[in-house]
Amino acid sequence: MYQERLKIDWIMVALYLVIVLFGWMNIYSACYDEAHASVLDFGQFYGKQLVWMGAAFLTAAIILLTEPRVFSNTAYAIYGGVLVLLVLVLFLAITVNGGKSWIPLGGFRFQPSEFAKFATALAVAKYLSAIDVDLRDLRTKLAVLAIMAVPAALVFLQHDTGTALVFLSFIFPLFREGLSGAVMVVGVVAIALFVLALLVNKYILLGGLLLLAVLYLFVWLNKRSSRDYWRAAGVLLVCAAFIFSVDFVFHHVLESHQRERIEVLLGQSDDLQGSGYNVHQSKIAIGSGGIVGKGFLRGTVTKANFVPEKHTDFIFCTVGEEWGFVGCVVLLVLYNLLLQRLVVMAERQRSPFSRIYGYCVASILFMHLFVNVGMVIGLVPVIGIPLPFFSYGGSSLLAFTILLFIFIRQDASKNQLL
Amino acid sequence: MSNKYSDRSHVVRIIFITVGVLFIGRLAVLQLFNSKYKDLAEMQSLRNVTQYPARGFIYDRHGELLVHNEAVYDLMVIPRMTKGMDTLYFCRCLGITREDFEERMRKANKYSPYSASVFMKQISKEEYAKFENKMFRFKGFYISQRTLRIYDRPIAAQVLGYVGEVDQADLDRDSYYRRGDYIGKSGLEKSYEEVIRGVKGKKVMHVDVHNREIGPYQGGAFDTMPVEGANLYTTLDADLQQYAEELMANKRGCVVALEPSTGEVLAMVSAPTYDPNLLVGRVRGENYKQLNADLAKPMLNRALMGQYPPGSIFKVAQSVVALDLGVITPGTGFACDKSLVGCHGHPSAMSVREAIKMSCNPYFYHVYRRVIQQGKYRSPQKDSQYGLTVWREYMLRMGFGQRLPVDLPRAGMSKGNIPDTAFYNKWYGKERWSFSTIYSNSIGQGEVTVVPIQMANLAATVANRGYYITPHVVRFYGPDSTRNEEYYTRHETGIRREYFDVAADGMYDVVHVAGGTGRRAKVDGLDVCGKTGTAENYGNDHSVFIAFAPKNNPQIALAVYVENAQGGGGTWAAPIAGLIIEKYINGEVARKDVEKQYREVNPCQKLPLTRRVKKVKKRR
Repeated sequence: MYQERLKIDWIMVALYLVIVLFGWMNIYSACYDEAHASVLDFGQFYGKQLVWMGAAFLTAAIILLTEPRVFSNTAYAIYGGVLVLLVLVLFLAITVNGGKSWIPLGGFRFQPSEFAKFATALAVAKYLSAIDVDLRDLRTKLAVLAIMAVPAALVFLQHDTGTALVFLSFIFPLFREGLSGAVMVVGVVAIALFVLALLVNKYILLGGLLLLAVLYLFVWLNKRSSRDYWRAAGVLLVCAAFIFSVDFVFHHVLESHQRERIEVLLGQSDDLQGSGYNVHQSKIAIGSGGIVGKGFLRGTVTKANFVPEKHTDFIFCTVGEEWGFVGCVVLLVLYNLLLQRLVVMAERQRSPFSRIYGYCVASILFMHLFVNVGMVIGLVPVIGIPLPFFSYGGSSLLAFTILLFIFIRQDASKNQLL
Repeated sequence: MSNKYSDRSHVVRIIFITVGVLFIGRLAVLQLFNSKYKDLAEMQSLRNVTQYPARGFIYDRHGELLVHNEAVYDLMVIPRMTKGMDTLYFCRCLGITREDFEERMRKANKYSPYSASVFMKQISKEEYAKFENKMFRFKGFYISQRTLRIYDRPIAAQVLGYVGEVDQADLDRDSYYRRGDYIGKSGLEKSYEEVIRGVKGKKVMHVDVHNREIGPYQGGAFDTMPVEGANLYTTLDADLQQYAEELMANKRGCVVALEPSTGEVLAMVSAPTYDPNLLVGRVRGENYKQLNADLAKPMLNRALMGQYPPGSIFKVAQSVVALDLGVITPGTGFACDKSLVGCHGHPSAMSVREAIKMSCNPYFYHVYRRVIQQGKYRSPQKDSQYGLTVWREYMLRMGFGQRLPVDLPRAGMSKGNIPDTAFYNKWYGKERWSFSTIYSNSIGQGEVTVVPIQMANLAATVANRGYYITPHVVRFYGPDSTRNEEYYTRHETGIRREYFDVAADGMYDVVHVAGGTGRRAKVDGLDVCGKTGTAENYGNDHSVFIAFAPKNNPQIALAVYVENAQGGGGTWAAPIAGLIIEKYINGEVARKDVEKQYREVNPCQKLPLTRRVKKVKKRR
């Protein structure tokens, strides 16, 4: 068979490299210490991250040299292996920051949940790309849901809510593959109702919904059948039930720190020394950056340890403080270019597996970006997940690199893969 | 699977972009349209540490150190940052009660919850050492190093002055000061405040979340070095000052000793005095209250602030004026006619020299009449107006009736009073007065008042035979030896030298010739020239003596004032002046018994004095 030359998408690789290097610079700055200024000090986070970057680049190269079909063929095997690891974590894990997701491995710690993301992406892509699968079937829907939900549940059991939430991002590839858009609309409405139920008096909220229903029925619709009435009544009833269950969920299902974080976000509590501290400090760090920031290595808030997790989940603070608004915009634009490019590349795949997988990659990265940056700038409750390619952390860098480069590899041989 | 849903890629892409735009909008709000976070960041992660310069030292004329500094530590607090500390432990470390803590925090909070104020002042080196290693536990607290004044010899308190915390008026007047800063409150500390304080420096320190200093912010780019305060090189002679203070112990009054040729103040004593170390450190407040309440007013610098009738020493000034006006000659004699003005028993003075020696009151009545009534106008009232104006001109040229621009604080400094025509017009009515109304001025009573430093200056003027240099305490200051040209300028009286020679001869006789009123000022081997005065007053008379020595090429001129002494100028002030002169010129006082006698005795009437009706008394 004629072996086509690899057509690696160098734009994507360049975006990846720029983000990784910029991320490393910020880790260096966040942890900068005059006594250990050498970048090769492996006792420091930035020194370790260099090692991880080396490992990630090597892994990327290996992936690029691998036969692309290997990934689709072994998708279920990888998925199964990761599930086993996730179960093992529950027994072997050490506790870090309240989460139980780390397996000690020699001198390093290893976080299987990071790898669960790309494994699940592979499995979802594999399942949906089968010839006889149609998302309109309920069975298919349930099967896909199961593929996502099992690892998500296992991760949730490790008290890693953030990573578990990331599995929601598979809504995008499913949507692209034909899942009704109503699912997303319902999700957004549910979030909106949840927030409103916490902020506004529930009866006023219900009255408002009733008014909307009346407007819908008598102003929007020209002709009304009895079905419309029943449907409106049904929706209203569901909403009411949802609204009144919010309190229960909020006070009995959520853990206290989660509840506090949501309260802080909604401005109902400003415990600046307690649960509001992180976001308050990160807002101070970012806000004090101004237009062009304080300059590389010149951050005061992040460097003085006012911001916790400054090199991992709150690394964006350093960007905001030292590079200012300009730096933040540049980084967000870089990420968006990466996401847009991923969608464009996914759409040009001939193989459904590659396309679906591409969407999975874009969605997972997007979810991380959304939750992480949203949290740091105070738009999303504090949920600890890393900023892809940017935050300090070997497992996460390695896992994101694998996630992305499997897709780049697929794309490089897109004409051979059907 | 088909690609029929490929349009949905746009939906996904739009969602991605929307979130990006949303985030950028949020960042714009945080970073571009809100300065609150910038302030908060500075407040919590930067600490402006004021670098206090050491206050300049003060030296005496021989280079002996009079005032220097010692380090103490102020505990500063930023109330907003102290949350969640172990208050009990903190109180135990500092040795204060819980209530005390609350009160101090309340005050600090009232000043500002966000900026630093003094929590506890002047912690000694020893206390600080115990506390230092626990500092990291107390968020929002830090130490600021300050200096305290140290006086090795407890002398010249009123001249040196004291340093205290700035008050509201200081803060309003000069933006250099911050609450809790120290400022010279009196004496040299006040008049030379701007050079002696130096310039504060600033260190911007980067502190971490535990309130530990990480290092200078941006490598110290915003730091300024403090500039050390300038040293003052004074003209005081520490030994002489101490000696004069010892002589004035147990008394009220003052001594001003000058070097006539330069106007330099050798000693300036105001009795009673106090140990300047009392007004330093944490004990200052209590001591200040006590000193301030003392009826003898130990904090008052009588040499500058006191205002007294000059008494007979004024006769020296009258003689040179009359001689210069030509209304008398050195050989003019007047009978001692006690009907004109009271006098003590002595033969009539046949010359100016004799008149000064015997301090004859009727003689100077005549002299003053000739000065005031020169016969230029028919009307005695008009004639007196003219005469008074001419006379006053002379007096002003001799430094009377004005604040001499001494380099000590002007506040509280007296001018003395040399009445002008307007003064009497107001008092008696226009042309309702003449010589006969104002003749008391001739013998230094009446409406005339002088300040002790002006009397010392008169002695210096006679010593110089006609000119003076404004008395001053600081010769030069700072690393460049900056000096004030005023203190190197001769002020001429315009009176001919030979007339001062006559006055000097008279003053010589006062001390050396039988019948002289100041013979107790005599020092063997030194030509002391002096003039006694007995200034009438409520209570006993003030005993006054001005002197200079030696007669030719004088090295010291001085005025001694003993308030409410039971005796005239010759009894108390003269012998004290003699001892001071002897000490200064000979370096050592041979007459130990005399020294002992005047050191121990207190001739001053007890305070408080009741106001008594003025009555004419004999003067000596």
